[in-house]
Amino acid sequence: MNERRYPYYPGCSLSHRSHAYEVSTQAIASALGFELVEMDDWNCCGATEYFSVNRLPAYSLVARNLARAADAGADQLVVPCSACYLNLHKTDKNMGLYPALGKKVNKALSAGNLHYEPGTVHVRHLLEAVLTDFGLDTLKERTRRPLYGLKLAAYYGCLVARPDAVFDSTEQPMAMDEMFTALGAEPTAFRLKTFCCGGHMTQISETTALEMIHKIIKSAADSGADALVTICPMCQLNLDVYQGYANRLFDTSYDMPVLYFTQVIGLALGLTPKELGFGQEFVDASGVPAKIQDVPPPKAKPERRSKQALPMPAMPE
Amino acid sequence: MKAAGNSTFFQRVVEATPGGELLSQCLQCGSCGGSCPSGADMDHTPRALFAMISAGLEDEVLSSNTPWFCVSCYACTTRCPQQIPITDIMYTLKEMAIQSGRYEHPGAAKFSETFIGFVEQRGRSFEAGLATRYHLFHHPQQMVKLGMMGMNMLRRNRLPLRPKSIRQLDQLQAILAEAKTIAAEERRV
Repeated sequence: MNERRYPYYPGCSLSHRSHAYEVSTQAIASALGFELVEMDDWNCCGATEYFSVNRLPAYSLVARNLARAADAGADQLVVPCSACYLNLHKTDKNMGLYPALGKKVNKALSAGNLHYEPGTVHVRHLLEAVLTDFGLDTLKERTRRPLYGLKLAAYYGCLVARPDAVFDSTEQPMAMDEMFTALGAEPTAFRLKTFCCGGHMTQISETTALEMIHKIIKSAADSGADALVTICPMCQLNLDVYQGYANRLFDTSYDMPVLYFTQVIGLALGLTPKELGFGQEFVDASGVPAKIQDVPPPKAKPERRSKQALPMPAMPE
Repeated sequence: MKAAGNSTFFQRVVEATPGGELLSQCLQCGSCGGSCPSGADMDHTPRALFAMISAGLEDEVLSSNTPWFCVSCYACTTRCPQQIPITDIMYTLKEMAIQSGRYEHPGAAKFSETFIGFVEQRGRSFEAGLATRYHLFHHPQQMVKLGMMGMNMLRRNRLPLRPKSIRQLDQLQAILAEAKTIAAEERRV
């Protein structure tokens, strides 16, 4: 198999508080046979903070990364964090869509001897790159340890599904659910898969954020999931680190492990939890790999009628 | 209607937002507020706020807490039948509220400013410094709880204490300085 090389923008979270995401990303990259080449001297995307109060400098901040990537010959940029993905993607899109904005951003960039032609760099989330370039068939083929019996809630959060549902639906994305099935696991009927995790609200109005976190954890637990799986370091941080605070506020006792999708892929590829950065989470996730069974569980027959229902003629089996 | 220079408040909001001209197409259907995960904490729903913008209620709009409770999830933006870039309008209102000194929720504005400070000084964000500086100056009563969380993060190797900087910081700072000059000129027009 050809070794694919991807220009890579890790973002601040992965080098700091979400180290397990970086570790598991690199681990599945070498297992699947692709290389993520970190772009030179990238800067912060500004998260939601910079854009919300400082529009033009925010676009210029992000465009510096796009311009430098393009200058280095990149035609795409793979991004594991949903917020970085959104900001890079949005800047590329809006510079093209609103030429007056593009002109001003390029005027700012010229102060740093840079220029960016919108459309040059195709910004892609890591999930999109893995699923479209490798595909479910490849993942299935490479699976060494099928995740039989593992029930997983696919949590997409906001910023990959919205506002530009590039590779999936905004309301009911299914890409990760289908990936779980391909890896042998069972995706649960998790209703709040695109509900917001609260983002920076934990710092600003904690009860607002904790209510949102509580709803997501409850919905995942109600769906019968053994773990909740995210594609964003911010979502993982909020749902994992603040889960205990949400439990205290709502008098609940959930202990829902929150994993990165790369850790799930890694387990199926036969990598060990240690190689995938397990152990950094607040809600202990060490029990998740132990739930994987050796054989697929028997398919439960769908229950079509309640036991208390009135007797009705039944179709022959 | 109140007007600064020759343009109305509505026009200024529209001009400061990429795609903002769609705001004139608002149907007042309320899909935005109904989709909003933090809407319960807002003093006006986005729908009501847009009616107030059209009515020129500049003071009321810019002192509303609504934009500050926006979590940037874009649920309203994708569901708006008129494709109004609602999240970006909230950003515009935050920016205008800060510039006019009328923000209702200083905590949120200070958090953004502290975050931006680290990015401008280093080119990277820095969680340990951000949390400490923001809470120390704005919520000192939270420091004990924050310290405990910090220790737990440290124990799990999730909180580096030394900030990282980019190499060509001068390039970034020149770009940001130029962008701010352009933005200031924009506001004068």
